[in-house]
Amino acid sequence: MIIGAGHAGLAMSRCLTERSIDHVVLERGEVAHSWRTERWDSLHLLTPNWQSRLPGYDYQGDDPDGYRALPEVIDFIAEYAKAIAAPVRTHTTVTSVRPTESGYLVRTDQGDWRCRTLVLASGACNIAGVPAFAERVPRPIAQLTAQQYRNPGQLADGGVMVVGASSSGTQIAHEIHRSGRPVVLSVGEHIRAPRLYRGKDLEWWMDAAGVLDERYDQVDDIKRARRVPSLQLAGTPDRSTLDLNALTAIGVKLVGRLSGITENGKTQFAGSLRNMCALSDLKMGRLLDLIDEWARANGLYDPGEQPQRLPPTRVEDAPPLGMDLAAGAIKTIIWATGYRPDYSWLEVPVLGRKGMIRHDGGVVAVPGMYLMGAVFLRRRKSTLIDGAGDDARDLSAHLASYLDGGLARLTA
Amino acid sequence: MAEADSTASTVNNGVNVAALISAREALTNAPQAAQFKWRAACEWKNGTHSHSTVEGYYGLGQEQHHKRTFTFDADHPEVFASEDHGATPVEYVLVGLASCLTAGIAAVAQHRNIQLRSVTATIEGDMDIQGILGIDSDVRNGFGGIKVTYDIDADAKREDIEALVAQSQKRSAVYDIVTNPTNVTVVVS
Repeated sequence: MIIGAGHAGLAMSRCLTERSIDHVVLERGEVAHSWRTERWDSLHLLTPNWQSRLPGYDYQGDDPDGYRALPEVIDFIAEYAKAIAAPVRTHTTVTSVRPTESGYLVRTDQGDWRCRTLVLASGACNIAGVPAFAERVPRPIAQLTAQQYRNPGQLADGGVMVVGASSSGTQIAHEIHRSGRPVVLSVGEHIRAPRLYRGKDLEWWMDAAGVLDERYDQVDDIKRARRVPSLQLAGTPDRSTLDLNALTAIGVKLVGRLSGITENGKTQFAGSLRNMCALSDLKMGRLLDLIDEWARANGLYDPGEQPQRLPPTRVEDAPPLGMDLAAGAIKTIIWATGYRPDYSWLEVPVLGRKGMIRHDGGVVAVPGMYLMGAVFLRRRKSTLIDGAGDDARDLSAHLASYLDGGLARLTA
Repeated sequence: MAEADSTASTVNNGVNVAALISAREALTNAPQAAQFKWRAACEWKNGTHSHSTVEGYYGLGQEQHHKRTFTFDADHPEVFASEDHGATPVEYVLVGLASCLTAGIAAVAQHRNIQLRSVTATIEGDMDIQGILGIDSDVRNGFGGIKVTYDIDADAKREDIEALVAQSQKRSAVYDIVTNPTNVTVVVS
């Protein structure tokens, strides 16, 4: 069984079909449900079209360097499900998974299933994280998560505080500020990246230079690598870089990480904004150094050409350390503070620290269970649509030999 | 950040990084042992002069003791109509921040195989004393801002030195204490 008919579940389905392994894909909504119901209207993928591909299903359109819009993403995934004839049961919500003697019992609102092997592809972004102190936000202020946000029209006129400056936060801050609602952006840890470098897309460099193929078991500290926030990249139509400098240039106000809200509704911004931006600039520099080295070693480096690096992130001398939310300048708060998966239905002892699944490159810590669609699951590119293919190939091979082993046990 | 293993390294900043890394691994599996309590005792002498001692702390599951008792005199200066028996409490905070960041720089440099030759910091906190004197309630008691300037001579590019300083702030206890809110409870026994 595969739980989830998003791009990861479908990639696995194709691999299982190729191996003639009988399976069913359970989907709580329609194929690509999360994309249909949990993303903002103007979203574009941050990976270029040529890279947003699935096994046996490359991009066929005429804009390979562009960034697909949300409706196109949904169509792409839905067409893929049809093209591979994935055995999807839609509108089927899993209510629990329990171990049995021979595998797992999957209970749904459409009946029960038994299986020897199970693939969890229910997504890494089911629940938007909101800090506990959000309950101290004064009542008149509306609150939305990045998962609930759709477009500026939803919001009251007036100021908006966006909390979180990774990919979602910066895009949402940009759109809202341009709608005439002044934005204050609270910035914690973030990974700055130029959209283009030496004339090519950053994702092209990361793909070509092997950064995206870096394996989970080769990385120094995989736990830390899996917690790193998303690259601060956006699928901008003009391929411009949407970084903090781009935001301050249009008037967005930066403040430090939101560390708390007092009982009388005053926010507390950390005094570490300058170092957060310095750390991000330094990290970006290291990535570009790596790319320069690879470009040099592969003859893509024009000795006369000086690499154009982005200027340092501009931070004002004394960013505000707090705001009185009761004063009325802020009418809405958008929480873009990360997501976590929902495994509340998984009644199998595989959850470790902080409710995360215990796994080794997608092979979960109990027999016959696999994980797909998680950050840096097996490779750095596991986080991207393009990573699902290799992950599904590797894990379906493991699953197949697990089943063969089981068969050998039965016939022995 | 992975660097060459320390057996091959000739870099010595005096930090036992191997011990810190194995402690980190051990504590990942024993979070209870990672719970520390730091302490100080403070005795009023006269006027604004007090005398503090630091001797015992709690960590790794038991009470611990420093090699000896450390002592600190704190006071206000003569411009505050005091007797200047020791540095002011806010100067202790600046010392705390500079020391914490400097220790961090040494540890990160060791871990990244960068030989430090000299590291000096000057630190300055500006303060509008209308706050503590109660003259203007819009002025805070504490520092308006703190600036730290590092002068570092090391075997490394400027970028790498800046990265040491940035990483030190990221992992510094006192930097966190100063830049983020902390609950403080004061009771009378």
